[in-house]
Amino acid sequence: MTDAHGSTSLSIGADAGAGARTAPGTALLEVEGLTSAYGPVRALDGVTLSAEAGRITAVLGANGAGKTTLLRTISGLVRPVAGRVTLGGEDITRAPVEAMVGKGMAHVPEGRGVIAELTVDENLRVGSLFRGKVEKSEFDRVYDTFPRIAERRDNPAHTLSGGERQMLVIGRALLAQPRILLLDEPSLGLAPRIVAQIFGLLRKLVDSEGLSVLLVEQNARSALSVADVGVVLNLGRVVVTDQARTLMADEGLRHAYLGF
Amino acid sequence: MQQFVNVTLSGLIQGSIFAAFALALVLIWRSTRIVNFAQGSMAAATSFIALALIHSGQSYWLALVVALAAGFVLGAVVERVIVRPVEGGPELNAVIVTLGLFVAIQALIAIIAGSEFQSFPAPFGLRGFTFGSTTIALTPNSVFVLIAVLITMVLLVALFRFTRVGLAMRASAFGQEVARLLGVRVGRMLTLGWALAAVVGSLSGLLIAGGGLVYPAYMDSLIVFGFVAAILGGLDSPIGAIVGGLLLGLALSYVSGYVPRGSGLVNLAALVILMVVLLVRPGGLFASSTARRA
Repeated sequence: MTDAHGSTSLSIGADAGAGARTAPGTALLEVEGLTSAYGPVRALDGVTLSAEAGRITAVLGANGAGKTTLLRTISGLVRPVAGRVTLGGEDITRAPVEAMVGKGMAHVPEGRGVIAELTVDENLRVGSLFRGKVEKSEFDRVYDTFPRIAERRDNPAHTLSGGERQMLVIGRALLAQPRILLLDEPSLGLAPRIVAQIFGLLRKLVDSEGLSVLLVEQNARSALSVADVGVVLNLGRVVVTDQARTLMADEGLRHAYLGF
Repeated sequence: MQQFVNVTLSGLIQGSIFAAFALALVLIWRSTRIVNFAQGSMAAATSFIALALIHSGQSYWLALVVALAAGFVLGAVVERVIVRPVEGGPELNAVIVTLGLFVAIQALIAIIAGSEFQSFPAPFGLRGFTFGSTTIALTPNSVFVLIAVLITMVLLVALFRFTRVGLAMRASAFGQEVARLLGVRVGRMLTLGWALAAVVGSLSGLLIAGGGLVYPAYMDSLIVFGFVAAILGGLDSPIGAIVGGLLLGLALSYVSGYVPRGSGLVNLAALVILMVVLLVRPGGLFASSTARRA
């Protein structure tokens, strides 16, 4: 990725796969009263939010606010105590983790989730396994978008840098032709320049391909600069939901919850 | 010179069987982080199935195929029913479960088939090839052993490298959670891994039985050798298991061939090798330096 705003286009599923895109602005992923607990500790306490189609929704908050647990509960890795998750109107609260990607949800877990022992190319292929046979041109498109990982396609993934790993997992998630992409702290440990590149690319995918993104970030400033909607989480509860630029302008809120 | 050739040949043949058994241990360790102490008993069970078929008048080859298929089913059932509840839990639980299974299967064999020694046929001749007036330690049956192990290795490599199922199995072994998020049915892949490992373990049991005697505990020494071979290669590495098996086979063969009264020292030698490896290079010869993060 030499230039996030360059001319390469990553066409995801314009012609096949995930099917009808939900019209922009309508709720795609809806979370209602979601409550998750680790033993007696409630990590999520009645969280309600919705991620709209064709938008970037950023969930912000300090360490321990419940951001990661929120994504893990949505994708089924953590089973909720109460509440409901629907995707495009379908109740997926109890669906098995393995089935989520087939329903159009791609979750990139915290810490990037490359499989270190597999090569870059194998990592991408794992991401498309569930779809059966996938055209080589789809892989080529991912490599065109991320020339840095294309050069290293036969290297084990543990040899990649942090930024390259993030490109790999985003590319891999896109091969699943998701309707919504769940990203857990994509900026973690990356240089600001790389963060800007990756967020720029996400923005472009959302604007030109109709992808929807639910992003969880501690780096609130960067996240709000790219997001449409911001949701502030504190101690497992939603404090405020608003347009990203409104949140950006609210100095009191920024100081209280977002640390900038 | 002739002795050296003979000792080396028999070492390689023994070693290839150790390698197969070690490979079975490694396959299971890689995917579920469990050392399957019941591997030997499971293999013995399938050998007794083969023996029952042979006694009932079936051919060796049919018995071989049925025994390997039985190994596949046994491996899958053991994983799904007995091991699955302790997967991901404290390591000691899995150790106790597979140890218990080791004892239980052996007892079951003794109850059903009896505990006396029975001879197990070999599919090919057991007399060494003769060149002029010298006979070497290579027999038609040991050529069969080498070829059988080699074919198994090649098939496994092909499965893991070139097939979609193999890729899904590797992804499940190295990054369970990520694989699940990518839609891989990890549970199924782990079951398949145990099933395949049990096939390879059964093969080693059948090969070592060929032309010898079987009894419920006949795999016990192979468990020790297979375990040492797997540690020697680094429990994580299939190539390591193969090389470790061959090296161990050679080393033990040299000990029994060249050290006075060495044949009595073979078990001791295996344990000394294990100890030295654990002291000097605890990760094994082929330990990967890859940091494990998913």
